[in-house]
Amino acid sequence: MMTPRFSLGFLQDSKLLLEAWLGAGLGRLRQRSRFIAATLGWIGLLLLALLLLGRQVALPFCLLSVALALTSGLTGLWADKYPQLVAQVCFPLLLWSGIAGLTGGLIAATGQFSQEITLPFGLPWLSWHLTLDALSGFFFIVVSAVLLAVALFGPQYVREYESGPYSPGLLALATGLFVAGMQSVLLAADAFFFMIAWELMSVASYFLVAYTHEKAENRQASFLYLLMAEVGALFIILAFGVLVGFGEGFTFAKMKATELSLAWAAVAFTLGLIGFGMKAGLVPLHAWLPEAHPVAPSHISALMSGVMLKVAVYGFIRFSFDLLGELHWGEGLAVLVAGSFSAVFGILLAFQQTNLKRLLAYSSVENIGIIFTGLGLSILFYSEHKETLGAIGLIAALYHTLNHALFKSLLFLGAGAILQRSHESNLERMGGLISRMPVTAVLFLIGCLSISALPPFNGFVSEWLTYQAALQVSVLDSGVLRSFVPMTAALLALTGGLAAACFAKVFGVAFLGVPRSHHVQRVRRLEPLSVLVGMSWLAGLCLVLGILPASMLRLLEGVAISLTGVGLPSSASHGWLWLVPVAPETASYAALWVFLALGLAWILAFRLLYRNGNRAERLAYPWDCGFGNLTPRMQYSATAFAMPIRRIFAGAFVVREEVEEPALDPGRGLRYRLHVDDRLWGMFYEPVAYALRFGVRYVGRIQMGNIRVYLGYSFFTLIFLLWVTS
Amino acid sequence: MAWLVNVLQIVLFVAASPLLVGWIKKLKCWSQNRRAPSILQPYRDLAKLLRKETVVPERASWVFRLSPYLIFAVAVLACAIVPLLAVHLPTAALADVIVLVGFLALARFFQALAGLDVGTAFGGMGSSREMTIASLAEPAMLMVVFTLAVSMGTTNLASAIETLLHQLPLIRPSFVFAALGLALVAVAETGRIPVDNPATHLELTMIHEAMILEYSGHHLALIEWAAQIRLMLYGALLVNVFLPWGLAESFDPSSLGLGLLAIAVKLGGLAGLLVLVEILLAKMRLFRAPQFLGFAYLLALVGMLIHVILEVG
Repeated sequence: MMTPRFSLGFLQDSKLLLEAWLGAGLGRLRQRSRFIAATLGWIGLLLLALLLLGRQVALPFCLLSVALALTSGLTGLWADKYPQLVAQVCFPLLLWSGIAGLTGGLIAATGQFSQEITLPFGLPWLSWHLTLDALSGFFFIVVSAVLLAVALFGPQYVREYESGPYSPGLLALATGLFVAGMQSVLLAADAFFFMIAWELMSVASYFLVAYTHEKAENRQASFLYLLMAEVGALFIILAFGVLVGFGEGFTFAKMKATELSLAWAAVAFTLGLIGFGMKAGLVPLHAWLPEAHPVAPSHISALMSGVMLKVAVYGFIRFSFDLLGELHWGEGLAVLVAGSFSAVFGILLAFQQTNLKRLLAYSSVENIGIIFTGLGLSILFYSEHKETLGAIGLIAALYHTLNHALFKSLLFLGAGAILQRSHESNLERMGGLISRMPVTAVLFLIGCLSISALPPFNGFVSEWLTYQAALQVSVLDSGVLRSFVPMTAALLALTGGLAAACFAKVFGVAFLGVPRSHHVQRVRRLEPLSVLVGMSWLAGLCLVLGILPASMLRLLEGVAISLTGVGLPSSASHGWLWLVPVAPETASYAALWVFLALGLAWILAFRLLYRNGNRAERLAYPWDCGFGNLTPRMQYSATAFAMPIRRIFAGAFVVREEVEEPALDPGRGLRYRLHVDDRLWGMFYEPVAYALRFGVRYVGRIQMGNIRVYLGYSFFTLIFLLWVTS
Repeated sequence: MAWLVNVLQIVLFVAASPLLVGWIKKLKCWSQNRRAPSILQPYRDLAKLLRKETVVPERASWVFRLSPYLIFAVAVLACAIVPLLAVHLPTAALADVIVLVGFLALARFFQALAGLDVGTAFGGMGSSREMTIASLAEPAMLMVVFTLAVSMGTTNLASAIETLLHQLPLIRPSFVFAALGLALVAVAETGRIPVDNPATHLELTMIHEAMILEYSGHHLALIEWAAQIRLMLYGALLVNVFLPWGLAESFDPSSLGLGLLAIAVKLGGLAGLLVLVEILLAKMRLFRAPQFLGFAYLLALVGMLIHVILEVG
């Protein structure tokens, strides 16, 4: 107990860690050399094509990416017979698809051009139109960056399902189609193909959510997901319908040319906001999200939370900024309110969860809220013809889109790694994982710091940009807006503070302290390399985007210019080190310098004080108030950690607390149950469901069960339709 | 020259912060008719802690060992952003006040993790309370910042203060409210009465002390020192933003000397106010703190509204 240990305790730890990691890594690398050589060859081939053909390869690369994802899915058809196909063919194909998509997306996002292609499929009078421009390219980067990590993480993770009762083929098929669907949505340039791709994405992901279908609640969750996805799709079709109805045709180019009256534009915008907001998970349309995401396999949750929600954001941006064009300040205000409300509500509920994946799902609601806050600010500024400030809001939202994709996928993959090693997703039974999964712990910590918007990581940069956009509010003419916008910024600050508290809870309860259950205690120290590489890729990007934000800002400015024609103020350009959104005297942030200064201060403190006479460090039992024998159950639990916030914001939840004393054996212990529910279920969903049931009862009266009556219905409908069309 | 003054200011910040705490203790003792310890007592305490053996709980991970250094480094870094003696310093442009708030949050995050790392009830309790209060203080703090930023057109502290220095010494009503809001936030963030009591070790009431209960030796010294720097930071922020007169604008010795004198007088006076508040009020229950911080937020919001309605156009 009293063993003296000399100096540099944690440095030694990390050195050992690194050695073990590298040692294991080299061994694995040798085993997989053929695969790695093939991947390097693939990268070389893509680069060669880029060198020879120039920027024109962007669209072919993206099409190649879609094709590879589709092939990966179709390969899955044989995976039931040969389960090793999943790890050896399907995931490598997804990886290559990710590499191709990343290259194509980067080329498209950095250049001011758009490429079009028409494929001879679809309706006789409407073939499929595909377009790749800077916005699509940027979202291709988002999809592909996460796809790479998932493709590296997946093979280890799906091993679990190979021997189980589930079909590995279905998993691979649905994953491939899901990815291909998301990528196609980004390329679609007509309403018809857009909806096909959209539905491919929704339905394929339904099968993924329903994958572990033997549990009743999983089936229920997947049904809710499908229901809300389809209702959302209906709204999107209606929104497109308004544009098509007043315009010339189904292609985006023709829809863009449509002139709408103010009222119809508002109708189209509202329909689009509801449709895309439902997929993105804006409050109060978020109910499917915390149900569906925890149920899917973890690498799929990463794709759904990290990428699919972003595709919905893409749809919203494409629809409102590109297709509708002229926006009204009222629309901006609506988006701003919805965004702020989602952010605060999402994080409050996330904080109260004890299931790690459910918590992460609610936190996605929060982050979507932050993205829409940025978009709302942007619409406000655009509508008041302050285009350069609108660009800041748009850039902040896009930056946060990418950031959220990175750190949320990282966290979901981390949760998956914990789930796989310990078969536990309840925080209350975790603890002490930092010594059992040391590298995962570091990567997960980076994810937690990023999502809590703490510098020097990427989440902070995008929130900082959102604040900067909000603080330019004094240029607006309306006094009401001028006083309202800073309040939403303060709500954003509250969100940030609560997020930090929430993720301190997550990391502290899951990884620190001592294990709270036996199977977490028995977790073996084994972290497969491919899993770590996949997560390190995301964590590395989180750090790089946090300390070198200026080049990303340039890229996003290009996206904003191609979308609306206007970039940042001319005073903003200030070299690659300085993040200057408006002008140097207004605000500047030199993330790299700050990072280095922090490092310098740390080293100085370490050098000066560690040497100061006393290097010895004694290990001792923690303070136990003199009673002795601290048990793991005496640790602070996740529920306890969240208790003050539960009490302060009691209005946001429905809290049910029950304390039971066993009747047979009083005094032998109490049973405490706590349920924290979403207040919106009672306020919003139940009335809707009730109204629906009420209405359906009336509609049900025409169903008589008599075939002749039904034939009659068909006959009269036909006559009616003939009359209408003639 | 500018860099020299800059380094000097950081060193002064770090070195003088225990003095401020000593001064506050002295004032407090005098006002309560007690015999005061020497004003240098905080230095002696730090020196003692640095000499002593460091005891680490055996279940602690590297997070526990990393956190004190990180907290201290963040505090030192923050000193580079907040003007103490002079404006126009080169490091002030590195980061604005939102980044400052972000870095203080980073330090707090690691402190909360260190509290949970020990795996005892005290640590977790302290972390939970600290994060709760911080998450409520942050919007109030940023609302103050926004009021400042919207009226000065910048979030950079140095340029905001410079603009203020060149204006007529008017009392802006929005600033009065913002200053009051910031004062309340500062009380909460630095763990003073009535939100937290730095002198308590009673289980049910302590917040900050519960989190760092397991720390000892040089770890504890670093954390204590960082807390003292943070107190000085908030003090300097308050007096230099809302009463910027006296800050040196050039780097010649006489104006720097004047700056030093000005900040000493201002901080000394502020300490008097803090002591007055501390001896007049009792510590609140934990669940009163949200109302306290809500009030701070409201003050800042009123400041903002006054600015938007009265002072624009």
